[in-house]
Amino acid sequence: MTNNNLLTGIDPEITERLVAHDRQLLRSSALKLGALASAPLVLAMASQEAFGQDMPAEVTDVLLFALTLEHIEDAFYRSGLDAKGLIPDKYVGIFNQIGKHEAAHVALLSGALGAKAIKRPALDLTAGGKYADALTNFDTYLTLSQTFEDLGVAAYKGQAANLISSDDLLTVALQIHSVEARHAAIVRKIGGKKSWDGAFDEPMTKDEVLAAAKPFLA
Amino acid sequence: MMHNQLSRRNLLKWSGAGATVLVAGALLPNFGISPALAADLGEGDVGVLNYAYALEQLEAAFYSMVIETPYSGMTEEETSWLTDIRDHEVEHRDFLKTALADGAIPDLEVDFSAVDFGSRESVLTTAKTFEDLGVAAYNGAGKLIENPDYLLAAGKIVSVEARHAAAIRDLLNMDSVAFAGDDVVDKNGLDGALEPAKVLAAAGPFIKTEVTAKAFM
Repeated sequence: MTNNNLLTGIDPEITERLVAHDRQLLRSSALKLGALASAPLVLAMASQEAFGQDMPAEVTDVLLFALTLEHIEDAFYRSGLDAKGLIPDKYVGIFNQIGKHEAAHVALLSGALGAKAIKRPALDLTAGGKYADALTNFDTYLTLSQTFEDLGVAAYKGQAANLISSDDLLTVALQIHSVEARHAAIVRKIGGKKSWDGAFDEPMTKDEVLAAAKPFLA
Repeated sequence: MMHNQLSRRNLLKWSGAGATVLVAGALLPNFGISPALAADLGEGDVGVLNYAYALEQLEAAFYSMVIETPYSGMTEEETSWLTDIRDHEVEHRDFLKTALADGAIPDLEVDFSAVDFGSRESVLTTAKTFEDLGVAAYNGAGKLIENPDYLLAAGKIVSVEARHAAAIRDLLNMDSVAFAGDDVVDKNGLDGALEPAKVLAAAGPFIKTEVTAKAFM
């Protein structure tokens, strides 16, 4: 991941100031950047001041799990937007908006995790060839987009209770959760479906989510 | 900051023990004029669930009206989507009422005089307001919930509200970024999260019954 990727979604003014201040410092401790924007500041305070060096393993696990999913989504939208002719012109703005959010989520979670953050894992968006035309056929791309978004919604929902000890982290997770649901809603609508399955969205366990995501991890 | 929040959490936890009794006891005397002149949501998890119940009552009443008196030019697709949303809100309302049992606040009297139900713009703009407000309300209330089962239940509802919000926003502003626009999702990719006091102030004009949340304000 480049610094620029990581910086996406953080207050441009702060980013500019920091970049001008010391590029090398950024490269060496890019994760600290997150702590300088408003929500990352809250997150960093919540995770570092509340727990000190000893963020509970349960909380670290949730954040790493969430970051993994956000990395997949972030890469998926970057790849889709880079694939010429894949996304119809009328929807490019929508996918740009979704991609912008996923990049911001990566930055935010990386900031909260500090040195424990993971970089983007190697990905295979065709899932071993199962979706060979993932980046050439918009229908396939839409199907995968819906899969990732609905999966994200179910994943955050399933982890909420594990963050109950930290008000700030829980709130931020919920604020991401509903954005993923907005994404899922629009992607379904573009695909000619209803934006929902029913009155209640069901959670998924971490194991269920990882099993679904694993084919996309190279 | 953390210290204050922890203190408040403890206070809520501490005062939650007698919550069921307090909810009933907090209703102001109504002098036999009208039911539900005023209602306090109560404390602890019961208070949070009543808060959600109040908002779901509002939404269910609104969409019921929308379907009973469709705006001019409502398409088949719009009727289908708005009927789904009506059904969801009724399910949410009934689910919370059942969960609260004896602790539930009474039926609220709503006031939709500001809405022109004959106008698509008026109806969908109001719907957008309610859905975005609902999302921010649940997001802001999550930290007030003590029981993980209730937190999960709220989570199962809030993402459906977010789906509604996105769909309504797209009906108003088709194929644009409005579904998750910069007016509602901030630069960190975060949706709204509002304290109960702010949500109740925003919902107030649509609710005749005076709803207070003394424990959360």
